[in-house]
Amino acid sequence: MIASLSLILLCQLAGEVFVRGLKLPVPGPVVGLLLLLLLLLARDRFKVLARGPLQQDGVENASRGLLAHLSLLFVPAGVGVVQKLDLIAEHGVAIIVILAISVVVTLLVTVATFLLASRLMARGRSAP
Amino acid sequence: MSDKPPSLWVYLSQSPLLWLTVTLLVYAIADAVSLATRRNPLANPVLHSIWIIGAFLLLTGTSYTTYFGGAQFVHFLLGPATVALAVPLYENRKVVMAAVLPMLVALAAGSVTAVVSVVWLAEIAGLPRPVVLSLAPKSVTAGVAMGISESLHADPSLTAVAVVLTGIMGAIIVTPLMNRMRITDFRARGFAVGIAAHGIGTARAFQVDAVAGAFAGIAMSLNALVTSLLVPLAVTMLVR
Repeated sequence: MIASLSLILLCQLAGEVFVRGLKLPVPGPVVGLLLLLLLLLARDRFKVLARGPLQQDGVENASRGLLAHLSLLFVPAGVGVVQKLDLIAEHGVAIIVILAISVVVTLLVTVATFLLASRLMARGRSAP
Repeated sequence: MSDKPPSLWVYLSQSPLLWLTVTLLVYAIADAVSLATRRNPLANPVLHSIWIIGAFLLLTGTSYTTYFGGAQFVHFLLGPATVALAVPLYENRKVVMAAVLPMLVALAAGSVTAVVSVVWLAEIAGLPRPVVLSLAPKSVTAGVAMGISESLHADPSLTAVAVVLTGIMGAIIVTPLMNRMRITDFRARGFAVGIAAHGIGTARAFQVDAVAGAFAGIAMSLNALVTSLLVPLAVTMLVR
């Protein structure tokens, strides 16, 4: 468990170092995600890597544990709303309406594009 | 004897222990209620935890800074949890690889829509400039959005609130919306909620379907990448 958590933190740390070192406008944890993914894929190819947290579902279980309560992690940032009560009183309704419209439009555009693209792909494959 | 100062409260209210306990306890109860209502979208555990904890802070006159002293331990885990998304991605790699093209097209369309729609609407509504800028990165996960907001010299704490509000609304609306549109492809449903509503949407997707969760996780991480490049560009083009 400790080794698996360390591996996750190590990936994040490496991602952070990489991003800051190269001054990339990319979040460190996202690079950490790519690193962990590469490690998992490399483990399947090279058996020498299958040790410590990379064996017997070690890092997999630790990750599932973290992701099982993903929404809890947003609570502290959300409670920050108490600092913004004056702004909410002034513009709260407008902000909420804007965010709501934007989220619905984004959901619809994304889902429609995904379905359209996967249908076009399927058609392209069936008619070579 | 009776006017003995409440020194226990003074001590506890300044210690991280109390606020960490409150955060976990309130969330545990909200999550149990959500489970008891068979994950009804309106019983969203983040939404209810936030207003309960917020009301508690206001009633006890506790500052957000003091609260965050305890809650930061939970907040910190957002980074490791992002890294952990590699695992569902790895486990669903066959399904994911088969859908790489639709994903990339939907990513481009979705992340542009998320940023452009909110900046455009906020400009029309005549919101003050710092507010418009703070709302722009609202569809990416909290840590990343706050970083973008900072680089725009906007207000990162307002961005965090906008991010969480967006996530909650996306998580509440996605299931009824997709059911009404008769969309049964859980890859597409998950991907859309990951783009529009980041981690809170992803958490919702995992409640509904494992494949939807994996696609939401990918969408959320890809969107974090694209949006950090897109927002500065969109803002210079749309905000005058």
